[in-house]
Amino acid sequence: MKQPFVMGSIPTPVGPVPEVSPSLVWADRRGGFKARWGMGRMHYTIDPGLYALGKPDEKSPVLVTANYKMSFDRLRQVLPGRDAWILVLDTRGINVWCAAGKGTFGTAELVARVESSGLTRIVSHRELILPQLAGPGVAAHHVKKLSGFKVIYGPIRAEDLPAFLDAGNKATPEMRSKTFTTRERLVLIPIELIQALKAGLIIISILFILAFLGRSEEGWANALGHGFFSALAVLTAILSGAVLTPLLLPWLPGRAFSLKGLIPGFFTAAILLFFGWVHWITGTGRLEMLAWLFLIPAVSAYLAMNFTGASTYTSLSGVKKEMRWALPLEIGAGIAGLILWIGSHFIA
Amino acid sequence: MMGQLIYLKDVVTLELDREACMGCGMCLLVCPHAVLSLTNGKIEIADRDACMECGACARNCPAEALSVRSGVGCAAAVINSKLGRKKSSCCCTIGPEEKPNDPAPCC
Repeated sequence: MKQPFVMGSIPTPVGPVPEVSPSLVWADRRGGFKARWGMGRMHYTIDPGLYALGKPDEKSPVLVTANYKMSFDRLRQVLPGRDAWILVLDTRGINVWCAAGKGTFGTAELVARVESSGLTRIVSHRELILPQLAGPGVAAHHVKKLSGFKVIYGPIRAEDLPAFLDAGNKATPEMRSKTFTTRERLVLIPIELIQALKAGLIIISILFILAFLGRSEEGWANALGHGFFSALAVLTAILSGAVLTPLLLPWLPGRAFSLKGLIPGFFTAAILLFFGWVHWITGTGRLEMLAWLFLIPAVSAYLAMNFTGASTYTSLSGVKKEMRWALPLEIGAGIAGLILWIGSHFIA
Repeated sequence: MMGQLIYLKDVVTLELDREACMGCGMCLLVCPHAVLSLTNGKIEIADRDACMECGACARNCPAEALSVRSGVGCAAAVINSKLGRKKSSCCCTIGPEEKPNDPAPCC
């Protein structure tokens, strides 16, 4: 495929190797932004294989990465003015850590890619620098045995690579720790929001239809009003679970994500119900408000629980343990809320 | 920013066979949460609850002294695997039934 970041090629004993630009252009940033919002994210790939950064020679370091374009872009822009080889593995467009977890960024692919790229004839040394987060997929001692190359685990973040290389391939403890800073959580919010909104829009449509079916004799305007309030309530729940919870994660009490999500859930539900005070006048209105007091925290807790997948520190054993109690409660509260809501619209 | 975030306590399946450990220290390099430490030429589990079961240490232990039931700590993946779904738009799927050439989406 035609790849705009390729500027030319440099000759090697195994033929020309494409030379990549060490800086990002507007289109690269726009592509990354779109991927963050779920647009074309599953096909945001580059061709696997060997690339040249700067004018590398036989002594230059070999940096290994995934063929998710965002991973590759991160890497090629952190080493301005330096010469290196970049070996891109075929992870089917998945980032390093997730691909390592699935085994696609793994020993077999690495050894095969070293072989097919002709690396042994291009460099005189026998060292590969891998991102530390490739660890779950790559067994360094097996790579050595199978390819003759020694795996050196570099820093977690590409930005630390210059310091790592300058220190003679030594990482500080900070470079080896996976953080989950506010900024790191912030960039994950768009995809959480988009996923939740997809389901949310379907639910909102159904609630609109039900509101019309239940309330049409009270007048269309009234039914529309209840439909809009339902839409607002669903969006409140999504805001709470998919935006506020990730944002406030370290400051929310509790360890289980469901528990963390419950708190903004109750808080936003309280605010919504306060502003919907006119509904409290009638008996059915109170029933409807009570329904949201169940539904919003339940949805928020569920969405928060799903954020374990994007987080950088939750274990599978922990997630399973949390789900054993949290999922039945979330489903139970959801059903209770739905019964109350339907009751408020149909028993009147 | 506050210290390291810790998930649930006393759930982690990480096991260490200290007899088998050769003290090479590879696990220290790949662990993203400083769970392990090296004392007197042997590895110790210093901060068990910080472990996220990514499996990097076990994978890179030449002596096979470390073991962990590794997997992706992702609720959606657990639900998908329970429902028998092989793909999800969120994160990863879990399970041996996964086909290697499946263009499975991931985080």
